[in-house]
Amino acid sequence: MAFEGLADRLQSTIKKITGKGKVSEQDVKEMTREVRLALLEADVNYKVVKDLIKNIKERAVGQEVMESLTPGQQVIKVVKEELTALMGGEQSKIAVADRGPTVIMMVGLQGAGKTTTSGKLANLLRKKHNRNPLLVACDVYRPAAIQQLETLGRQLDMAVFSMGEEANPVDIAKNALEKAKEDHHDYVIIDTAGRLHVDNELMGELQQIKAEVQPHEIYLVVDSMTGQDAINVAESFNEQLDITGVILTKLDGDTRGGAALSIKAVTDKPIKFAGMGEKLDELEAFHPDRMASRILGMGDVLSLIEKA
Amino acid sequence: KKSRQTFSSKINDLLARYRKVDEDFFEELEEVLISADTGVATVMDLIDELKMEVKRQNIKDTTEMKDVISEKLVEIYYGDNEQEIESLSLQEGELSIILVVGVNGVGKTTSIGKLAHQLKQEGKKVMLAAGDTFRAGAIEQLEVWGERTGVDVVKQNSGSDPAAVIFDGIKSAKSKQADVLICDTAGRLQNKVNLMNELAKVKRVIEREVPHAPHEVLLVLDATTGQNALSQAKIFAEATDVTGIVLTKLDGTAKGGIVLAIRNELQIPVKFVGLGEGVNDLRPFDAHAFVYGLFADLLEKE
Ligand SMILES: Nc1nc2c(ncn2[C@@H]2O[C@H](COP(=O)(O)OP(=O)(O)OP(=O)(O)O)[C@@H](O)[C@H]2O)c(=O)[nH]1
Ligand SMILES: Nc1nc2c(ncn2[C@@H]2O[C@H](COP(=O)(O)OP(=O)(O)OP(=O)(O)O)[C@@H](O)[C@H]2O)c(=O)[nH]1
Ligand SMILES: [Mg+2]
Ligand SMILES: [Mg+2]
Repeated sequence: MAFEGLADRLQSTIKKITGKGKVSEQDVKEMTREVRLALLEADVNYKVVKDLIKNIKERAVGQEVMESLTPGQQVIKVVKEELTALMGGEQSKIAVADRGPTVIMMVGLQGAGKTTTSGKLANLLRKKHNRNPLLVACDVYRPAAIQQLETLGRQLDMAVFSMGEEANPVDIAKNALEKAKEDHHDYVIIDTAGRLHVDNELMGELQQIKAEVQPHEIYLVVDSMTGQDAINVAESFNEQLDITGVILTKLDGDTRGGAALSIKAVTDKPIKFAGMGEKLDELEAFHPDRMASRILGMGDVLSLIEKA
Repeated sequence: KKSRQTFSSKINDLLARYRKVDEDFFEELEEVLISADTGVATVMDLIDELKMEVKRQNIKDTTEMKDVISEKLVEIYYGDNEQEIESLSLQEGELSIILVVGVNGVGKTTSIGKLAHQLKQEGKKVMLAAGDTFRAGAIEQLEVWGERTGVDVVKQNSGSDPAAVIFDGIKSAKSKQADVLICDTAGRLQNKVNLMNELAKVKRVIEREVPHAPHEVLLVLDATTGQNALSQAKIFAEATDVTGIVLTKLDGTAKGGIVLAIRNELQIPVKFVGLGEGVNDLRPFDAHAFVYGLFADLLEKE
C-alpha cells in the first residue's frame, strides 16, 4: 500500500533492459506507463499527467533515452526536468506598493490554512523584512475565526483589526485600510473566510473586497494533500480573482503533493511559499526542484540521477 | 434493496450512452474514476477485471455490461458482507464516548457540532470535551458550537494536557448522567509520531475510565484530499482503532473516491458525510448513491 517512488516503479523494467544493450520502443512504453502511475498516485491531475507523458515520451523515444547506457536513470532525469520546468523558478518575493500600505489578501477553501498562514506571513514580513503588518479579520462566518486571528496576533504581539461578526467583510477590509494608513502599517494582511469555489455568493464577496481595497497580492492558500480537484479549485479562484500567487500548506506531512503541479499548470501563477508546520515560523520559500523530487518520491535517488 | 435498484438503473442509463465496449470506453471510465480520487491501484484493478469479464462473457455492447460494472463497484466497497448497518454503535442507558480524530482542518470540530445537534434531536443528553488545547481559537470554536446546539462543553485552558481535559470531561459527563460525550482533538498530521502517541494516550485514558469505551472513534476525512487519505486512515487506525469515517466537504466538487480503497483495504466504513457548514449538514452515508456520484460526470459529459 505504501506509495512507490518512481525509481522503485522503474526497477523491473530497468532490470529487464540491463544487458540487452538496446532499448526498444516497447521498453519506453512500459517505462512511461510506470511514470504515469507514479504521477497519478502523487495526485497530479490526470489531464496534466497526459500532457506531461506526451512530452516525456517524445524525449524518451528520442536519442536521449534509447541510446543511453542507463535508460532507467535517463527516464527519471527527463521526468524530473519536465516537472521542474513546469513548476517554474523559485519566487518568494512579495509585492511592495509604490505608495501607502501593501495589501495582501488570503483566499481559499475551508480549512486550507489561510488564518494560520496570515499569521506566518505577518511574522515573516516583520522578521525578515523589518515590516510592520496589520492583520485583518474578515472571516465573520466560521465560529471563533476572529478569536483565532486575535490569538495569533497576541502570540506575535501584532495588531489585529476586527469589527466583530456582525460587520460586512467588505466594510471591514475598507476600514482596515484606513486604519493601517493612520497607524503607519506598511502591510495589510486580510484573512478571509474559507469558501467553495462554486459558491457564487461568497466568491462575489471576495470580488467586492478586491474591488474595494485593490490588493497587491492575492494568495490562494491550498492544502498540499488536495487530490484531483485541485485543478477545479485553482482554475475557479484564478478566473474569478486573478490571483497573484499560491501558498501550499501542510507540506510537513507525508503527502506527495502533486496538486502543486496541477495548480501551476492551470493557473500559471507562481507557488510562492510552503507551510511546513503549525507554528508561526514554519513558512518557507517554495523550491520547485525539491517539489519535483518529492512528487516522484525520490529524495534519496537524486545521486542516482547525477551519475546518469 | 430499493436504493440498489435505482443505482443500477442509473448506471444503465449511463452505459447506454456508449454503444461499444472499446478502449475509448475503458479509458474514459478510468479517467472518470481517477478524477474522483478513487485509489489508483483500485481503479487499475477494476479496469483489468472489467476487461477480463468483457472477454469472458464476450460482451460487445455496453448494455450488456450493466450489471457487471455496478456490481463490481459496490463489491469493492462492501466486500463479501454487504449491508450491515453502519450507524453509530452507542450504549443504551449508560455513557457512550465518541473520540474524533484526523489531520488539520478537515472538519473535526464542525462535525462534532453537527453530530451533537443530531444526537440531541434524538433525545440524548450530549456533552462535548474541548480536547484541542493547541490550535488558536479551537476551544472558543467548540464553545460556539456548544451554544448553538445547547450542549455543555468541558474545557481547560489552552495549552493544557488533552488527556487531562478528556479525563475531566468523562468525570463531568458521568456526574451529569450524560448519554454521549464527544471528544474533540487537535488536528495532527499522521507522520508526527509524538502527536500520534499523544492521541493514543488520550484513548487509553478513555479506555481506563469507561469500560468498552470509546464506543466510536471517528476519523474525519476531507473529500478534497487525494491519495494521502489512505495513509491517514492506515496510521490513525493503528494509533486509535478507528471505527468509522466522517467524509466532509462533499458539498464541493471533490468526490472523495478514496474511501472506496480505504473500505476495501482497511475495512473502515464511512458513517457520515458532511454537506456544508451548517448544523444540519451531516447525513448518513449511502454507498450506492456515493458510488453513483463517482460517475455523475461521465453522465454529464455526453
Ligand atoms: N501541519 C500543518 N498544519 C497547518 C499548516 N498550516 C495550517 N495548518 C493547520 O491547519 C488547520 C487549519 O488552518 P486554518 O489556518 O484555521 O485554516 P483556514 O484556511 O483559515 O480555515 P477556515 O478559516 O476554516 O477556512 C489548523 O489546525 C492549522 O494549525 C501547515 O503548514 N502544517
Ligand atoms: N463546505 C464545507 N465546509 C466544511 C464542512 N465541514 C467543515 N467545514 C469547514 O471546514 C473548516 C475547518 O473545519 P473545522 O471543524 O475547524 O476543522 P478541524 O478538523 O476541527 O480543524 P483543526 O482543529 O484546525 O484541525 C471550517 O471552515 C468549517 O466550516 C463541510 O462538510 N462542508
Ligand atoms: Mg480561517
Ligand atoms: Mg478543530
